[in-house]
Amino acid sequence: MDFKLLTFKGGIYPPHNKSATEKKPIKDAKEGKQVIIPMQQHAGAPCKPLVSKGDYVKVGQRIGEPDGFVSAPVHSSVSGTVTSVGPMLHPAGQRVMSVVIEPDGLNAIDEGIAPKGDIDTLSPNDIKSIIQESGIVGLGGGVFPTHVKLSPPEGKKIDAIILNGAECEPYLTADHRLMLERPEDVVYGLRAMLRATGVKRGYIGIENNKKDAIERIRKCIKDSPNIELKVLKTKYPQGAEKQLIYAITKRVVPSGGLPMDVGVIVNNVGTAAAIAEAIKTGMPLIQRIVTVAGDGVKEPQNLRVKLGTTFKDVINQCGGMVGDVGKIIMGGPMMGIAQYDLNVPVIKCTSGILVLSRQSASLPEQGPCIRCGKCITVCPVNLMPLLISQYILDDNFEQAEKHHALDCIECGSCSYICPAKRPLLQSIRVAKGVIMANKKKCN
Amino acid sequence: MNKLIVSSSPHILSKNSIQRIMLDVIIALMPALVAAIIFFGHRALVITIVSVAAAVLTEAVLQKLCKKPVTVNDLSAVVSGILIAFNLPVSVPLWMPVVGSVFAMALVKFVFGGLGHNFMNPALAARALLTVSWPARMAGAVWTQPGNIDVIGIATPLELLKAGENLPGIYDLFMGNVAGCLGETSALALLIGGIYLLLRGVINWRTPVTFIGSVALISWIFGVNPLYSILAGGLMLGALFMATDYATAPVTPKGQLIMGVGCGVITTFIRLFGGYPEGVSYSILFMNVMTPLIDKFTMPKKFGGVKTHA
Repeated sequence: MDFKLLTFKGGIYPPHNKSATEKKPIKDAKEGKQVIIPMQQHAGAPCKPLVSKGDYVKVGQRIGEPDGFVSAPVHSSVSGTVTSVGPMLHPAGQRVMSVVIEPDGLNAIDEGIAPKGDIDTLSPNDIKSIIQESGIVGLGGGVFPTHVKLSPPEGKKIDAIILNGAECEPYLTADHRLMLERPEDVVYGLRAMLRATGVKRGYIGIENNKKDAIERIRKCIKDSPNIELKVLKTKYPQGAEKQLIYAITKRVVPSGGLPMDVGVIVNNVGTAAAIAEAIKTGMPLIQRIVTVAGDGVKEPQNLRVKLGTTFKDVINQCGGMVGDVGKIIMGGPMMGIAQYDLNVPVIKCTSGILVLSRQSASLPEQGPCIRCGKCITVCPVNLMPLLISQYILDDNFEQAEKHHALDCIECGSCSYICPAKRPLLQSIRVAKGVIMANKKKCN
Repeated sequence: MNKLIVSSSPHILSKNSIQRIMLDVIIALMPALVAAIIFFGHRALVITIVSVAAAVLTEAVLQKLCKKPVTVNDLSAVVSGILIAFNLPVSVPLWMPVVGSVFAMALVKFVFGGLGHNFMNPALAARALLTVSWPARMAGAVWTQPGNIDVIGIATPLELLKAGENLPGIYDLFMGNVAGCLGETSALALLIGGIYLLLRGVINWRTPVTFIGSVALISWIFGVNPLYSILAGGLMLGALFMATDYATAPVTPKGQLIMGVGCGVITTFIRLFGGYPEGVSYSILFMNVMTPLIDKFTMPKKFGGVKTHA
């Protein structure tokens, strides 16, 4: 056992299930007969559509105008004709204003797309505005606009930027393949972020189950003394922001606080590569790598998918579904969102599409809590899920809040480990909603 | 393509189950059962079977009568049945394990809400009931000499210790070739089971180590051979299998340490200064009722926060 591996307290060891895709090179997916581009693919204010029905759009053309600073523009991923602008089903479950485009197959690129220069000649503000204009958001799943993260308020001193290459979710290998195939872009993106913020120190954290990626990245940074590779223990949720910061810097982000409160900015490796692409080619964020996996898909693989391509089109390019499919998830199996309709688009946070057979997706019967305390042992934020859940079942949200329900990071470790199969996280999630709603009412 | 399952994450769950945990406990108790049969004869097995049957039947009948789902498949009643038998001397009449099991399952477990909701260890509550109701049948005076087919009254090591008489050797104590309840005499067999539970992650080290450690330390302070106080009586069984009972012991890491130390202190003080030769069962029962308080005051400090009491 390697005792030098960095990690956090708690956590679980679910089966990795990465072998089906981790050795296969990323392939380009084709867009379908229509692409659906939602105006909300980021944390913050939704965009306003800039096009209307009948308009011709090109690849990289801005079609959604951000509303305010905490927002990110949306671009067309194809060239073609806008067939409708209106609410469409979004993988998060609700209907969201979307631009639907019928691609013409030419993929004509917008005239404005041109290389932006080199990070050493660009000023910090230039880099930030390229990132902002390119609609780059946190591709790990948080989809927080990256330019906002890179603009900490006055008085917050940042001394480290961490790239998150943990990819601790089972099944997902998109970040792994990216680090293998384009390590120089990952490092380039990190260097751009360092320059944009004036921060001296960069870290790249990777779980030790990705030895080949670790080697590639190590080679890429050997001439960058200010960037350090940190090998992390393979444990879920190693990639959770606060747990990652703790593992690498031993700093504890205060409850309710942000990474910048301890002088750190965390970004996903995919985000870094998107920044590199935006600077090198001028192409905004119009595609991402998606892991398509699970026992219900014929040919699991990683695809580079144009945003807006429907799940159905993506799955069909992986040989389609096999057997009795019981569940389709956007993201990983621990934190992903179950879908009920496959006509939803791949969006900026779609790190994976998991197709699970009915057998592996079936929900077990729950038993009584036997107070084994395993949920307490695995909780990365030291909560007592069994107790909070009990209060919630008694409709006692006040006590649930007193026991720090709002600190829950929704990693799902408690539900995973529970021998009685109790929906611990699920109940806490309900409580968080109720507590937040009550707070709003009081204000 | 229809009828997709839609549920809130996580979408994968571990293979853990209540049944598997209970099965692990049963497996862990098997070496002690074998030791009991070797040292006390086949009657040890008969008592155990009767006790398990009574426990399972009681639970099933009560659940049926109250129109609740019958959950004997979770094997928790089997564990209780075995532990009740392990707390009886081999000489007891067969109605005693029945009385103990019915009492434990009905009045200690079922009426408080079943699995996970009892506030006292059912097996120890049964032992306490039987000890106060039929002290003569439960006392060491009629406990059998292990390996002897004739029932000969002989004192347990702790009774001998209390009376200041000649003690059996450490080797016999460790192997279990001494007088005592069915499941408590062989420290070796219990340790094998305990290590199995530790390796399987069913129990953790906190309560057993602090319990046994504090008994050894306090005994040594008061001039009793610590090895002797660890190996004699019900300490191994109690520390490994009863003080670690999920439902009735603290769930917090710090609480589990307090549980162990509390049990150790009370056990040793009863043994040294109390009226009974053995204090393991009462110490655990006492700490059982303290458990909600212990849990309340030992909540782990949340990540990134200051400790607060709820």
